[in-house]
Amino acid sequence: MTAPAGAPVLGLTGIDTFYGRAQILSGVSLEVRRGEVVALLGRNGAGKSTTIKSIIGLVRPAGGEISFEGNAIQGLEPFQISRLGLGYVPEDRRIFTGLTVAENLEVGRQPRRANAPEWNHEKLFALFPNLAAMTGRLGGLMSGGEQQMLTIARTLMGNPTTILLDEPSEGLAPVIVEQVAKTILDLKAQGLSILLSEQNLHLSTLVSDRAYIIEKGSIRYEGPMADLAENEEVRGAYLMV
Amino acid sequence: MADFIVSLLTGLSSAAAMFLVASGLSIIFGVTRIVNFAHGSFYMLGAYIGYTLVQAIGSTAVGFWAAVLIAAVAVGAIGVVMEILLLRRIYRAPELFQLIATFGVILVIQDVTLWVWGSEDLVGPQAPGLKGAADILGKPIPEYDLALIAISPLVLVGLWALFKLTRWGTLVRAATQDRQMVAALGVNQRWLFTGVLFLGSALAGLGGAVQIPKGGADLLMDFNILAVAFVVVVVGGMGSVFGAFWAAVLFGILQTFGIQILPNSTLVLMFLVMAVVLIFRPWGLLGMPETLGQAHPGPPEQPLRPALPRVRILGGAATALLLALPVAHLVLPQLVGAFTLVLVIEIMVFVLFAAALHFIMGPGGMVSFGHAAYFGGGAYAAALLVKFADAPFEIAFWAAPVGAALLAFLFGWFCVRLSGVYFAMLTLAFAQIAWAFVFQDMPGSVLRTFGIADEFGAPLKITGGDDGLNDIWPSAWAGTRIAYYYIAVGLSVAALWIMRRFLYAPFGYTLRAGRDSPLRAAAIGIDLTRHRWLAFALSGAFTGLAGALFLFSKGSVFPTTLEIARSFDALLMVLLGGVQSLFGPIFGAAALTWLNDLFSVLSYWRFLLGVTIIALVLLLPQGIVGFAGTRLGRRLRLARPEEITA
Ligand SMILES: Nc1ncnc2c1ncn2[C@@H]1O[C@H](COP(=O)(O)OP(=O)(O)OP(=O)(O)O)[C@@H](O)[C@H]1O
Ligand SMILES: [Mg+2]
Repeated sequence: MTAPAGAPVLGLTGIDTFYGRAQILSGVSLEVRRGEVVALLGRNGAGKSTTIKSIIGLVRPAGGEISFEGNAIQGLEPFQISRLGLGYVPEDRRIFTGLTVAENLEVGRQPRRANAPEWNHEKLFALFPNLAAMTGRLGGLMSGGEQQMLTIARTLMGNPTTILLDEPSEGLAPVIVEQVAKTILDLKAQGLSILLSEQNLHLSTLVSDRAYIIEKGSIRYEGPMADLAENEEVRGAYLMV
Repeated sequence: MADFIVSLLTGLSSAAAMFLVASGLSIIFGVTRIVNFAHGSFYMLGAYIGYTLVQAIGSTAVGFWAAVLIAAVAVGAIGVVMEILLLRRIYRAPELFQLIATFGVILVIQDVTLWVWGSEDLVGPQAPGLKGAADILGKPIPEYDLALIAISPLVLVGLWALFKLTRWGTLVRAATQDRQMVAALGVNQRWLFTGVLFLGSALAGLGGAVQIPKGGADLLMDFNILAVAFVVVVVGGMGSVFGAFWAAVLFGILQTFGIQILPNSTLVLMFLVMAVVLIFRPWGLLGMPETLGQAHPGPPEQPLRPALPRVRILGGAATALLLALPVAHLVLPQLVGAFTLVLVIEIMVFVLFAAALHFIMGPGGMVSFGHAAYFGGGAYAAALLVKFADAPFEIAFWAAPVGAALLAFLFGWFCVRLSGVYFAMLTLAFAQIAWAFVFQDMPGSVLRTFGIADEFGAPLKITGGDDGLNDIWPSAWAGTRIAYYYIAVGLSVAALWIMRRFLYAPFGYTLRAGRDSPLRAAAIGIDLTRHRWLAFALSGAFTGLAGALFLFSKGSVFPTTLEIARSFDALLMVLLGGVQSLFGPIFGAAALTWLNDLFSVLSYWRFLLGVTIIALVLLLPQGIVGFAGTRLGRRLRLARPEEITA
């Protein structure tokens, strides 16, 4: 590991992002430390996905700084950012529907990295047993839960040190959400750092160390997840619909 | 039976070039989302380069096939050069700019080819070892045809293996579906795109090179294959190599049998088959619906607002100047010569043409690549009425807009259901069919099959083919230069004003709503398809009016009024002027007519025009009128402060 446990790996400072003329993010600052699971919570349309897309470079922030493993990454191309070891799991899964499971994994494959756990098919299938039985199946023919597993597995094939997970619980049955929680804890145990965008408070509480709450494009709350779980008032103000 | 088999084989052999070109086009589109209009030019280059190489090293069978392969690789390399120098800079640009840019490449390649190989058609040498004829059920069939039949499946299997069994192929297929996601997974797509351009262009080059023994090389190959390739790709399904294969086989067979039934009918038959396929499968045989959300959202567009006072004053002044010009001509003939009046008439014709195209393109988001069909179609409708019904000028003139509207109504029914590049390709294919209809004098051949012919049994001249229709002039009262000038200026200004009224009426707002958010427009109960259809027909009518003005100012009409280059001229005018402005087409048409006039005295004017287009796309993506929104334009008070874009 390059940075010691607990040192910041991903930091956003004052990020402003626009879609056309609409300002979506205003001065978003947050931090993920090594080995940590950090939840980014907020209602629909609060700006969670936009924050994540700004980090991976799919959307270009107009202002602010993003650092990853000591590199300034704002303005880099998504593929360059990804190759620094930052994995992205998109919210709508974006499985390649015309490709088989094995081919989907192949697209995600990147050379191994010194400071990250290395993934191969066997190791992934140990983590996601039901993928093992369907390597030849087309991505478009999988259930939502299976697709969610595949999209995480696909990102892991890039041997990332840090993962951006955008709403992995979306549209999944509670049993499957439990499975996702277990997966996240597994990854954490292997030393990965994770930024988890979620609306599902249950899942976030199960896995996260710290939490940020975003509302209308600004961070409104920051603190340990355990505190937030206790804090009815903040939850009521920013999370309940 | 033997005849049938032989025809079938001939059809399959003619499918080879179609398949090679169409599959390359399809592959390039699948990944880059750019419809490479220069693809036909790559095919042509394949033929010319192949010809030269075969001359040099093709005396043995090995040498011949090596020459063909080297030609394909060379064309692939040219595709790579285009990708690196041009496409890379415009992947994020609006579709229209990409299409126009590749059109610039067509012009450049045309003149380079002319310069290197000359204007003579080249007759291809025969392939060593395959010069004879094979015997199939007692019928002779050229051995080279059999070789061509074998090539398509070989290439198909090769492509299948490349896409299915290699990492590169897997990445290309993934990128065809979702480029962004592939990038976010750490894949540097630059090399994917470059590789795809190499592969696609090399396939086009191969298609051109393998057909030299049958068709040789000539300077019309580029546009001729382009329309065919579009039809094949649209019918097969964009991005589907297998679709392209089956469509090419279908059309190859159709061609041989079609020619036996009705000579010169190839393109019309293709049209009929395409129409049937598209009615049942709008995305082609093996195509998938366009995925929404892949478009690059540009900056938000300015709402339509009444023109600024200064712009109005400019417009009024220009109109006054136009009206006063003939007076100046009478008073000061040495300063304002007759030629000036002729040039202004021509400019007004193209202003009207460009504005009619802009009518569906800007507010409607429908980028028609075949609007010459309605320009020339209208002109031919009027000319035919004069020639065969002795119609007086006053009636024949109006037959042009009516005829063009009917044609647009017919073609539009198919086109308006599609959007984006599908729409563009389909409009182009229809226009090419209309062109073939007059160029090959289809009515004459059809009549002959019913036994109606001249005394020698040859088809009657109806559209006159290449010779066009001549000696069609306005009535005496309208025939003087000044009278016709006022007719042209008056009608075009009136037409511009009517179009403007349409765009500021609910009809125009509905069109814009449909362009920006089809789903939402549908959700509030707007029948979008019907609005688009109507707009298309209206645009056709105004284009036909321009055609009528053109016809009676020249006194004749030729198939060139319907050709692809003419459609592109109109597109260029709109683009030059800027798509988002109602004044754009006016400036664009004036500027381009003037540029054409300037360049046409030079021998390699296409090259210059092509380079100019490419430069404009790269340097001035907002068009000329977009310039009004820049700082300088604002200082001249041509735009509101908040409309600054640079
Ligand atoms: N491509 C886009 N163009 C314009 N506006 C957008 C675009 N994508 C998102 N927005 C807007 O940006 C805002 C934030 O969206 P974002 O997707 O970041 O929210 P989110 O917190 O992820 O919500 P959800 O929980 O629904 O996924 C919303 O108001 C949304 O409408
Ligand atoms: Mg989201």
